[in-house]
Amino acid sequence: MAAPSAPWPRRRFLAALAAAAAAPAAAQFRVEIAGVGATQVPVVVADLRGEAAAGVPLASIVRADLQRSGLFRASPANQALDETSKLDLAEWRGRGADAVVAGSVTRLADGRFDVRFRLWDAVRNQELLGQSKVVLAADLRLAAHRVADEIHEKLTGERGVYATRIAYVVHAGRRFTLHVTDADGEGGQVALASPEPIISPAWSPDGRRLAYVSFESQKAVVWVQDLTTGQRRMLASFRGSNSAPAWSPDGERLAVTLSQDGLAQIYTMPAAGGAPVRLMRSSGIDTEAVYAPDGRSLYFVSDRSGGPQIYRVGASGSPVERITFDGNYNVSPAISPDGTLLAYVTRRSGAFKLMTQELAGGSPQALTDTQHDESPSFAPNGRLLVYATRAQGADVLMTTTLDGRIKTRLLSSGADMREPAWGPFGR
Amino acid sequence: MNKQTRTGWRLVATLAALAVLAGCETTKLDETTAAPVESRGGTAGGAAGTGGAGATAAGTPQSGVATVTLPGQGAAGGANAAMAAPSQRIVYFDFDSFVIKDEFKGMLDGHARALMASRGKRMAIEGHADERGSREYNLALGQKRAEAVARSLQLLGVGEQQLEAVSFGEERPAVQGSDEAAWAANRRAELKDR
Repeated sequence: MAAPSAPWPRRRFLAALAAAAAAPAAAQFRVEIAGVGATQVPVVVADLRGEAAAGVPLASIVRADLQRSGLFRASPANQALDETSKLDLAEWRGRGADAVVAGSVTRLADGRFDVRFRLWDAVRNQELLGQSKVVLAADLRLAAHRVADEIHEKLTGERGVYATRIAYVVHAGRRFTLHVTDADGEGGQVALASPEPIISPAWSPDGRRLAYVSFESQKAVVWVQDLTTGQRRMLASFRGSNSAPAWSPDGERLAVTLSQDGLAQIYTMPAAGGAPVRLMRSSGIDTEAVYAPDGRSLYFVSDRSGGPQIYRVGASGSPVERITFDGNYNVSPAISPDGTLLAYVTRRSGAFKLMTQELAGGSPQALTDTQHDESPSFAPNGRLLVYATRAQGADVLMTTTLDGRIKTRLLSSGADMREPAWGPFGR
Repeated sequence: MNKQTRTGWRLVATLAALAVLAGCETTKLDETTAAPVESRGGTAGGAAGTGGAGATAAGTPQSGVATVTLPGQGAAGGANAAMAAPSQRIVYFDFDSFVIKDEFKGMLDGHARALMASRGKRMAIEGHADERGSREYNLALGQKRAEAVARSLQLLGVGEQQLEAVSFGEERPAVQGSDEAAWAANRRAELKDR
């Protein structure tokens, strides 16, 4: 890295991408960039002093995180640096860096680790951030994601989602597992392993529990599970099928789809358990409810007018308003955290496509070139979507920016992955 | 480390210790010019654990997820046990439809007579959908098919308490594959004795 040219030529950028993809921390995600002209902030993130001894490639995790957002070009430094280094920021600027990150990780006497870093703005020639995070060894990866979040927020003014988690279901042979993974697809852990299908995981707003549908009792039953303790209980196990759990934003209630009166209809019930209250009555299927972020309304799917379409209903059960009109099959609504954008799946010429539509009024936009998109879920900062689709005959998970330009694929051992749900900020 | 900064660190450490579950303490770098050495005691053990259960409160990793493993079902309840069911217990449906075609009405008549003959007998009607589209919508569609079969049995005289309509949506295909033949074989309702 010698030529004092900024921004970097595209070829070098791609080479840096390839290098990032080859690093261990990025092994689980492949970044695909479609289209040209994306403006990305060049950031140098030096390997942290002591990270080899700590056993976690912290800087690689930070670089991969920043890269995946589509907002940054992250590259390693070509020299050893830490948070105490005196940087010649003008020189780094000359090398094409807008910002520089350096730091260290030290094992403390009690076994915890002190992760330190500084962020410098090479354009304005000033220090932006200096922090120490003391964490357990098991949380080192989380600490790296939090460092990336701090950098992201300082440089963009928006919260990053690198320290958040994604839940999804893996189907391999006759085994179904509910996984919880870091937002980069690493650090995956199994919350539930079952010989029967699991679908529709939904995060509690505090990020501590998952509601989901399990078929372990030979029918669809809604469960709620505490992730840290593994304690779980049936929330809805009424006559017929119980499914499609969705938490209210305050975490007090869940919307569920019950068929206890015959047709699938939407009810709400206390998160602690209790009697379901029917939200409304229709002559068709009502399901896939999600709360609007303000809790005042819910979006849902109904075939009351023929094919399935997306509707909105007030939290008290009225009024009901149809939202989608293009095509005869629109399902799986997800609402952006600011409440302005609808993501959903539409069927067009036999293909199932991830779409977005401005709720204030706008035409549907396709985000993908794939044919079997399912289950969109917004990142809590509203900048990315995770969804399921099919590639090379396998069910895979992808993330995409809202313009569809930058996609990453969550890699796995080849087992089918499905039903992604992006968790909230905090854990 | 001079006395002032050490006192400053102690204050930070105390505040952090008050927030017992805050496993990640973040401080501004300028307040800690050297690596802190205070031990909170008993936290090192939590470092190796990945599961949250059993870890001390102060040392609970925030990355921990406890794994619940459900036992495998008996052979009868296995994931694809339905494949062994005789064809005269399966009603097939057209795409996006829950209308029972005439060809299955004789078969349902036979099941209705058997159920009416022994009122203690119970049956689950399991509805299924093909793999295309939303899993939750397919679950509801399978439920609608199962309800259609249950309702037709009730119209023939079977007691409501003898039947439960449930759905597996697209989760338990009878036939693997992504072609019209597989989809047609999977759009079905199965009658199962309980």
